[in-house]
Amino acid sequence: MSELALAMFAASRDMHATDRESRTARFAAFVASFDDAAELRRLAEGGYSWIGRSEAAFPARLKAIHDPPPGIFLRGAAPDEIFVRPAVAVVGARACSDYGAHVARSLSRELAAAGVVVISGLARGIDGWAHRGCLEAGGETVAVLGCGIDRDYPRAHAALAREIGERGLLVAEYPPGVAPAPWRFPARNRIVAGLALATVVVEARERSGALITADLALEEGREVLAVPGEITSALSQGANALLRLGATPVTCAADVLEAIGIEPPTSEPQGPAAGSAAAIVLAGIEAGASTVDQIARATGLTPGEAAGALVELELDGRVEVRAGIYRR
Amino acid sequence: MIARAVTHALVGLEPRRVEVEAHVELGAPKFAIVGLADRACQEAKERVRSGIESAELDWPGNRIIVNLAPADLRKEGPGFDLPIALALIAASGQIPIGCLAGHSAVGELALDGRLRPVPGSLVAAEGARRNGSHRLVCAAESGPEVALAGIEPIPVRHLSEAVAYFRGHGDPPAPAAASSADRSPVPPDLADVRGQERARRVLEIAAAGGHNLLLAGPPGIGKTMLARRLPGILPTLDDSAALEVTRIHSIAGVLDPGAGLIRTPPFRAPHHTASAAAIVGGGSNPRPGEATLAHRGVLLLDEMPEFARNVLEALRQPLEDGVIAIARVGGRCTFPAKFQLVGTMNLCPCGGRGDAAAGCSCSPQALDRYRDRLSRALLDRFDLVVALPRPRAAELAGAPSEGSPAVRDRVLIARTAIVMRSKMSPEGEELLGRAVERLPLSGRGRAKVARVSRTIAALAGAQSIAAEHVAEALSYRSPAELGR
Repeated sequence: MSELALAMFAASRDMHATDRESRTARFAAFVASFDDAAELRRLAEGGYSWIGRSEAAFPARLKAIHDPPPGIFLRGAAPDEIFVRPAVAVVGARACSDYGAHVARSLSRELAAAGVVVISGLARGIDGWAHRGCLEAGGETVAVLGCGIDRDYPRAHAALAREIGERGLLVAEYPPGVAPAPWRFPARNRIVAGLALATVVVEARERSGALITADLALEEGREVLAVPGEITSALSQGANALLRLGATPVTCAADVLEAIGIEPPTSEPQGPAAGSAAAIVLAGIEAGASTVDQIARATGLTPGEAAGALVELELDGRVEVRAGIYRR
Repeated sequence: MIARAVTHALVGLEPRRVEVEAHVELGAPKFAIVGLADRACQEAKERVRSGIESAELDWPGNRIIVNLAPADLRKEGPGFDLPIALALIAASGQIPIGCLAGHSAVGELALDGRLRPVPGSLVAAEGARRNGSHRLVCAAESGPEVALAGIEPIPVRHLSEAVAYFRGHGDPPAPAAASSADRSPVPPDLADVRGQERARRVLEIAAAGGHNLLLAGPPGIGKTMLARRLPGILPTLDDSAALEVTRIHSIAGVLDPGAGLIRTPPFRAPHHTASAAAIVGGGSNPRPGEATLAHRGVLLLDEMPEFARNVLEALRQPLEDGVIAIARVGGRCTFPAKFQLVGTMNLCPCGGRGDAAAGCSCSPQALDRYRDRLSRALLDRFDLVVALPRPRAAELAGAPSEGSPAVRDRVLIARTAIVMRSKMSPEGEELLGRAVERLPLSGRGRAKVARVSRTIAALAGAQSIAAEHVAEALSYRSPAELGR
């Protein structure tokens, strides 16, 4: 009996027989008729690969959790060595705020710049921004799917999934063809937490999938960090609750790097030249101005000049804009 | 006896010569109109009869046939009343039979013989001039409109005045002075807008470059107010454009009688419940829609995502080609529709996005659905897309803002500068390349930024397009919130 057969059977309809005998019998029949070589060939034709739990290439961190999957299906360009590199899971709410999106993105960007692999679940909201931030910094990111390895779920992230595959990896414990189902996502979360050295919760409601990931990480003795949020916002309750329970607060990427024992890159990137429009605008944002009009008023620039300077800062990754509101 | 009068029917925007032949002969009393006359035109019988009797003329109580030639052209509307009446009066010998030569006529009759103006008098007048008529008999109100076409109007208030003119009693009533002055209402002034400096800036750029503009932001921040002020900072229409616009508005019947040539760029703001036919034009005998009425002016789609999808998609052809081609079983026609499109929308269905105080409570799915209402192809037609967050109250309490005339002066100067097509500087090229690399910016997006930066350079009076112009243009690209 191979691990591949186990994974295939686990995802098949026969798994859900009600009585024990029947399931055992079905499994025996399934294994008897299972052709490993043919199945691997079919996977390879689809552009997917497979690592069994007993193989040397299987991620050691994932193997260490108490219920690792029998193996994982992979899609993407990154070599298996990606699992050896330091990795951090960045997870959070699907319905995130602009603030949460901004934090997830810039945090992932800085983590990627420090050579860390960012792991997340390809979901909407925080997950998506974590992947994007990592890609923007030229880093590699791993997306763990809660469905078959061939699916891009949610469909809105199909383009993102393609981009992730070009440099990073998509991982699933389910073979091609398996539809996403609500109960597969908590199971997916254990792989997210398992692959990572530490888990960062950016924004989460009181009962959130991200908290499941954090719990799983805690159970495995991995570091859990949380980004503090507004105490009045329902979106921050989960993350703030974690902090109350003793999670490490994240105020910058260095906090995360420190938690996994990596020296943060010391060379501060060069700021804009003093006295340039960009520097003046940056100072204006620090002083609390957030729209082009406010920045123009605070700095004495025309709205056109301010907008131009903001674009330069945006291209350098120093500010970010959402709905016309600029943030550092 | 047979008598002929000449008038013009409208086919799309074009006048077609129609001969009205009246034949009065002995026989049992009868009155028939033949030649594909529609309902309103058939009903001319009652109006003409009553009108002729009210003018104290004799109703020829014999067999009367009126033929509208060419017989295969559909005739619509009440504008045939006057030519029918004149042909009848001539055929019954009450005015000299040859006196209608060289004249054309258009107008609706009231039961008491008074004349009413009809839509499209300007086009009928142009047709009359082209077909060799020297004078056009029309309702008094239509006089100035007819004069714009370069033909002498015979404006009459009553059928009896027209008869007096043809009998040679009394000179033709003095035509009202052909007014080419614009008496259309003055568009609202930009001085009314407090704060919103970025929005004012982008409005100026839109006016200078003729760019389509999409304003997105929470409700109540003045998006519509700003959009309504765009016509006031656009250059006035030159003679041929003014005539073209006036002609279209005349046909649609929205021309203010006596308003003269329309010099201010038209502004149309259809409601979001409008049908595709109402926007792009339609009907079995196609009539111009809002897009054509906005020709050489501004078409505002307020709350753009609320418009029906097929309406928005129908606008893509005119946005690309500047014309609308309508094909019907009865034939096809082309309406001009070169307008500047201004759209407004919220950033999310609840409207809270971009509003620091309210915050947004929309689910990601609801957001996606909202964005999907605008197709990528349509979004690509907007050179300028600006997210306007809600300003703080203090920002609105500033000094009075600059008025429209000052802005329009700058726009006029920039328009002449744009024609010279300034070159992109190496620094600008480098910045544009960097932006394409860093931002989600497509090839089409790049071309849009290049266009807008040319306009910005022209407004700045610069010889070449510098990096700062490109940088500002980049700030008006579609924000990520509207992308997919």
